[in-house]
Parts: sequence; structure tokens; C-alpha cells
Amino acid sequence: MNTLMLKKEQWLKISFVAITVWFIWFSNSHFDEYTIRILNNIAIFIILAVSYNLINGVTGQFSLEPNGFVAIGAYVAALLLTSPEAKQYQYAIVDPYPFVLTLHANFVVALLLGGAFAATLAACLSFPVFRVRGDYLAIVTLGFGFIIKILAINVPEVTNGSLGINDIPEFSNLYWTGGIAMIAVIVVLNIINSKFGRAMKAVRDDEDAATAMGVNTFKAKTLAFCTSAFFEGVGGGLLAALLTSISPDLFDFFFTFQLLIIIVLGGLGSTTGAIIGTVLVMGGSEWMRFLDEPMNLLGYETTAMPGMRMVVFSLGLILIMLFAREGVMGKRELTDLLKWRRKGGK
Amino acid sequence: MILKIDNVTKNFGGVTAIKETSFSVAPKEIFGLIGPNGAGKTTMFNIITGNYVPTSGEVIFRNEAISGLKPHHIVRKGIARTFQNIRLFSSMSVLDNILIGFDFQARYGFLESIVRFPRFITEERRIKARAMEILDYFGMSALAHEKAVDLSYGQQRKVEIARALATNPDLLLLDEPAAGMNPSETEELGEIIKKARVDFDLTVLLIEHDMKFVNQLCDKVLVLDYGKTIFEGKPADAIQDPEVIAAYLGDFHND
Ligand SMILES: Nc1ncnc2c1ncn2[C@@H]1O[C@H](COP(=O)(O)OP(=O)(O)OP(=O)(O)O)[C@@H](O)[C@H]1O
Ligand SMILES: [Mg+2]
Repeated sequence: MNTLMLKKEQWLKISFVAITVWFIWFSNSHFDEYTIRILNNIAIFIILAVSYNLINGVTGQFSLEPNGFVAIGAYVAALLLTSPEAKQYQYAIVDPYPFVLTLHANFVVALLLGGAFAATLAACLSFPVFRVRGDYLAIVTLGFGFIIKILAINVPEVTNGSLGINDIPEFSNLYWTGGIAMIAVIVVLNIINSKFGRAMKAVRDDEDAATAMGVNTFKAKTLAFCTSAFFEGVGGGLLAALLTSISPDLFDFFFTFQLLIIIVLGGLGSTTGAIIGTVLVMGGSEWMRFLDEPMNLLGYETTAMPGMRMVVFSLGLILIMLFAREGVMGKRELTDLLKWRRKGGK
Repeated sequence: MILKIDNVTKNFGGVTAIKETSFSVAPKEIFGLIGPNGAGKTTMFNIITGNYVPTSGEVIFRNEAISGLKPHHIVRKGIARTFQNIRLFSSMSVLDNILIGFDFQARYGFLESIVRFPRFITEERRIKARAMEILDYFGMSALAHEKAVDLSYGQQRKVEIARALATNPDLLLLDEPAAGMNPSETEELGEIIKKARVDFDLTVLLIEHDMKFVNQLCDKVLVLDYGKTIFEGKPADAIQDPEVIAAYLGDFHND
């Protein structure tokens, strides 16, 4: 029975990899540039959503960290990837520190360093925050995001201040974003389906009981938080190399808010849900682009209302919290639905 | 003596929940901790498991002072507990609840679980097989994949004991294990505890209000009242003791 289930899990993984690889290949050869751009965005947000869900949904620690760690990953990658010449001419506010010009690495190293940097900072935050009981994480991570943004503006010797970093080589493409999204999903699922994931869920359900069973809850929370931070750093790097220019306002609280909507809509705690939520929100946000533009409502011409989509999203979040708190998937995964159907068939 | 409580006092602000209490539990004994509501029984458990640090005094487990250690370290030394109000992991299956008890016994690292290293697979198989054995022992292997919170009250109490046993304890602390059970479930529970003591090589310290249950099961009892020891000895003698009767009067009449 157990070995059978393990085989089933492997089959699911193999099919998941095969479908993803086929889909990336198919998209690259059949879709136009606009669609591929959206797919790139979706892939990056899948990385961010499944990892954000690990700390927020699976471990149940309400956290508002993504914008801070995504910013760190994006800046690390941008500084490592942009050529010295391109850096030289764009630092218009002050001259960059000499080391900024010499920094250089290839794409993979840049992404990994961005992730590692974010994870290290997450580990540093974990000590004060997880040592004590209580919901300090949300406040600390909220403040952390602001500090990162303010540093990005106020240390122009490194970050070029509010002008941001431009002319980042466009390394990201669907092979990279989709491939890394696939790896992120598998890594996160492997963590969830191990003693570490069980410990994280136990912390969410009842921290005292988890401790009473010998679980080191500090370690479980720290691992979840650092893993989230790592993939958020990597995702930030991919984003920088997709957009080719980044600036501090890209990483404000709205970024985190969008991810929060995604994982709540998908179902807190469900990785499948995080993926579904990403597709719904990112796809929906493209589709709702018309809301920000001038409209003809029953004969009335309205003016352009930038931010209208945000209002719709916020209303959406409120409605989910009021009427469908479980989101699309609840805490279930695709595998649970398959099991359920088999049971129902008997 | 496997457990020695040495002159323990616990104050919560102005309230003295435990006052200068000492007692010892012998290996393989079933020891009852009884007393009226608010006597300090659960507080004593929380001191033994490291949830509270005693204001003064020491807890000595197998000749080692353990007060001040973190609860998850104390579990690893061989003390497991259940809770007065059932505290199962509500989103998890019965099997996963039991597997949490094996958390610190599964020998694989974080990176090994990410890459599905062979040791991850053999270790997961091993602890799953052991968890199923424990469930089987409680006659609940058919319920392994049910959500723990979907079980009946009596079954949930058993899952809690099974989960505690999964940590491979030498000393098992049961906080009112029969609470909310009907007479036949209570009787079955008594049999399980007696049997488990032998099969799992256990010492049991239990809190219980049901005096009939205590009488049948316990080798020895300690009666607390307002944090003070008022009786220590055989359960049959406890219910004859005038001071115990006085402390308990309300409770006996209520039952
Ligand atoms: N964390 C705490 N903070 C303050 N007071 C507490 C705390 N825990 C217990 N107490 C107090 O200590 C006393 C003993 O409580 P305890 O829970 O140990 O009683 P008990 O013997 O288990 O009672 P019951 O039979 O009702 O479970 C009570 O007066 C209680 O209010
Ligand atoms: Mg109590």
C-alpha cells in the first residue's frame, strides 16, 4: 500500500514534469510575444506564490515578507548581470562604489546568490522573531520590506537610488522561468511531504502540541521562512532579468499584497491552490486591464482610472475572506482530489 | 525512582498553584495524581514537561535535573504527554498525527528530503511502518487515513495516547484520559493502559477524576488540594482518608 502510493506520487511528478516541459516548448513555438510575456510573469509568480504559501499557509505564520526578499534577489541579480559599461553610464545621482562596477556573474550564479542572500537575511530575522511566541512576524516583515525599499532609494552608490538599475541583460525566457517554477514546485512539495512539512503543519495546527511531541518548532518555522526567502530571491532575479530594469517602487507593499490575494484565493496551505491562484489573479489582472482605461459605460465616457484593478482585487480579497475563506482548494492538493474520487467510485 | 519531584513550588503572580510538593514515581508504576478542580494537577504536568519552569524546586528524571530544559528536549529524554482537552493536529490524518511523534526519530536531513535521497525513502518507510504498528495496537489501523478530527471523542483520546507513545517514552503523562468517555470506553481505556505499560515498558503518571478508574488502575496516588499534598499512598486508603474526603466532598456528591 505504502510503496504503491509512493509510485503514484512519482507518476504524478513525472507527468507534471512532462506536461510542463511540453507546455514550455509548445508556448515558445506557438504563442506571440505578448502571451509569452504573460506566461513568464505567471511562471515567476508561481515560484513566489508556492514559496510564500510555505510560511504563510503551510506553517501558518502570517508573514508579509515577499516584496523585501524579491527586491533583494532582483538587486543582487541586476548588479551581477549588468555589464560594467552599462552600470558606468547610468549612475547619474552619485558615482557608484568601485566594487559595484566590478561585480559580475553568470545568470545561474546570480540567481543562486540572490536566493542565498535573501535566505541568509531570513535566517537573521528568524532568531529574534521565532524565539518568542506571538505574531510579530507580520509586523517585522512589513517593516523589513519598507527598510529594503528605503535602502534601495537612499544608498544610490549601490542601487542608483530611485532611478533604479537599467539595461539588465534579458536572460529570462520561458525555459528559465518555467523550468525554475517547476523545480520550485517540486522542492516545495518534497518539503511538505516529509517530516519537515509535517512539522510545519503541526506548528500551524497546534504549536504547543507539536512541541509536546518533540518537534523543534523554532527550526520548523525557520526552515519554512528561509526556503520562502530563497525562492523569493531567485524569483526576484528572474524578474529583474525579464523586465531589464528595476527600481524601488516596483517592490512596494502592493507586490506582497498581490501574492497574499493569490494564496488566499487558491486556498492557504495548498500548493496546487497557490498555482491556481496565480493563474487566476495574473490572468484576471491582464483581462481586467480595460478597467484602468477610459470606458464607455452605457453611453457615458469615463476617464482613465489607473488603480481601478487594485480596487477590484481588494474587493475580491474581502469577498473571499467573508464568503469563501477556504479559497479554491482549501488545504487540499490535487492528489487529495484524486484520492477522493477513487474513494467515491467504490 | 524514575521521576522525582523535589520540593516544587509554582506561583502565578499571587496564585500559588503548587506548594512545596515532593513525590517519587517508581519504574513501571501507574501513579495517580488526583485532587479537586484547580488543585494544581495540570500545572504539575506542565512543570514536568518543561512548559513551566518551577518557581523553586527541581524535577529529576532518571537522576538528571530537567527543569529549565525546553519541552521538545524533555520529550527526547523520554517523557510524553496527552492533554486534558484533546489537542490533535486538526488538518492532518490520523497517521500523520502519529508520525509527528516520530519527527525527531526520523534520521534524514532537510536537503535529503528535497532531493529524495535514498535514506529519506527508507526512513519514511520505517517510521510509517512503526506508526501503523502503533495504530494496529490500538485497533485503529483502518482509520489511518481519516482526518483525526473526524473520529469519535473516544477514538480521538486513543489517537492522542498513540501519538504520545510514538515518541517512544519511558514515562507517559495522561491528563484526564477518561474524561468524556462512557463507562464501557473507560473500562477499555483502563485495559489498554495496563497492557501498554507492559508492552511498551512504561511508567504512567495520570490525572483522573473518576475514582473508580483510579482505584482499579493505580498502584499509588497523590492527592493535591490547593497546590498542597494532602495524601500519598494506596488509592483504596485515599478514599477513606478524612482530609481527602473533606477536600473532595463536593466532587463526590456531584458524581
Ligand atoms: N498559566 C497560568 N497562569 C495563571 N494561573 C494559572 C495558570 N495555570 C494554572 N493556573 C492556576 O493554577 C491553579 C491550578 O490549575 P490547574 O490547571 O493546575 O488545576 P487542575 O488541578 O489541573 O484542575 P482541573 O481538575 O480543573 O483540571 C488554578 O487556580 C489556575 O487558575
Ligand atoms: Mg487540569
